[in-house]
Amino acid sequence: MTTAPADARQPRLTELFEAGLDAPICLTWELTYACNLACAHCLSSSGRRDPRELTTAEAKAVIDELEAMQVFYVNIGGGEPTVRPDFWELLDYATAHHVGVKFSTNGVRITPDTARRIAANDYVDVQVSLDGATPEVNDALRGPGSYATALRALTHLAEAGMRGVKLSVVCTRHNIPQVDDFKALADRFGAQLRLTRLRPSGRGADVWDELRPTAGQQRELYAWLLDHGDSVLTGDSFFHLSAYGRSLPGLNLCGAGRVVCLIDPVGDVYACPFAIHDEFLAGNVRDAGGFTGVWRASPLFQRLRAPQTGGACRSCGFYDSCKGGCMAAKFFTGLPLDGPDPECVRGFGEELLARRATDGTDRPRPSVDHSRPVLVPLTRRPPAPPVSACDESPLSGFRP
Amino acid sequence: MPTDRPGPRADLDRAWVLHPQVSLRPEPFGALLYHFGTRRLTFLKDPRLVEIVRRLPEAPSARAACADCRIPDAELPRFGAALASLAESAMLVERAQSGRHDLKGSGLA
Ligand code: SF4
Ligand code: SF4
Repeated sequence: MTTAPADARQPRLTELFEAGLDAPICLTWELTYACNLACAHCLSSSGRRDPRELTTAEAKAVIDELEAMQVFYVNIGGGEPTVRPDFWELLDYATAHHVGVKFSTNGVRITPDTARRIAANDYVDVQVSLDGATPEVNDALRGPGSYATALRALTHLAEAGMRGVKLSVVCTRHNIPQVDDFKALADRFGAQLRLTRLRPSGRGADVWDELRPTAGQQRELYAWLLDHGDSVLTGDSFFHLSAYGRSLPGLNLCGAGRVVCLIDPVGDVYACPFAIHDEFLAGNVRDAGGFTGVWRASPLFQRLRAPQTGGACRSCGFYDSCKGGCMAAKFFTGLPLDGPDPECVRGFGEELLARRATDGTDRPRPSVDHSRPVLVPLTRRPPAPPVSACDESPLSGFRP
Repeated sequence: MPTDRPGPRADLDRAWVLHPQVSLRPEPFGALLYHFGTRRLTFLKDPRLVEIVRRLPEAPSARAACADCRIPDAELPRFGAALASLAESAMLVERAQSGRHDLKGSGLA
């Protein structure tokens, strides 16, 4: 929501955002690369803890900085953040220091006790990841037993009286047909449904071709999202679909380095949680200027905040709402960053994808990988909770 | 234009203050307001509006805060409407009421 005296000369908010802010609005902080699951599409290629992960004291120092910068809340993810032994301590430390917490979990540590603890803290929100409305669809992607774990967590949270839980779904070819079932499932637990886009980030790059929605499904999803409006959250992740016609609610803009960024478990700061690659590494919170210095002065972020040309998309009539789509999706599929999104609704991305090398050698590989070595036969599909770029609840209903 | 909405003029004569759970963060374009209770974020795109909001706690009425900021009479309805919409979303509360909000001792005022 925007409040300003009505004045036609005012620049649109998206234009102001493009130049960057003094502090991020949508900060994701992945606390650990450790994860009990091994989801096939994990955006951060999580699995094993990294020995260089921030210590409790270092994490608290980051929270102090966020408080000073007035970062109102952080989206905490991983890996599975709750497996960090100091998770609850950091949670309480953050909320006691004016930094609200929204965390993503696969549910593994949500017991009746922890659920009550979460419900008792007014400044904590939780989102439970689930990528299938049935165990068959979910567990194929997130691993055996993960559906039951998520539903158990939702049950404990509901029984603890926790309000506003989010059921977070990454949309794939296999679960888009279940979208009404997800809505019913969320309703059953008094939760809010959150649908986000599958990006070819982390291990997601390996499965993106087989999991991404078909063109027909994209269109159905767009219609479904328009029908459901603000009752369903999207992290503003489908703005490339705005090119079908009407803009979806939310911020239609790639916020990477402008309003969005990621602090990874070892303190590296990336432009976006879906862009864990040297190309988008802006600095580290352990650097002399801390996180503040990285956010305000890193050359990478300065560059991302400079006016973009739009490249091949400039002549497209939908550029104003679509903005050429997602930078990370383009990067990891090997497409030019100033051209169309690989899932451009006009099909321009498909044309470019078709022209790439068939062996994938022209695609960047993730520079960071904490996947566990595969010890079991490949029938078992590994995972980490896909953590979303933005938790939008404050931005839902907001129209520039 | 929000100027034809009913009510905003009346609001100008009352004393307002930011809800105790709301934080204001200055930004190059104006400010962000975040309500820790409702989790809503609002953007103040006009630096004059930011200044008015900052002065509200000391001013006997919203009208007085606008006067402090030298808002011309002709523009008062627009600012009144902007303040009214902040009140509608609970970002602002009437000053007399503000003491009643209980923060449950969390420190997140
Ligand atoms: S790179 Fe993609 S996921 Fe990241 S902020 Fe931009 S549009 Fe969103
Ligand atoms: S050509 Fe570019 S701007 Fe137009 S719809 Fe495709 S991705 Fe969006």
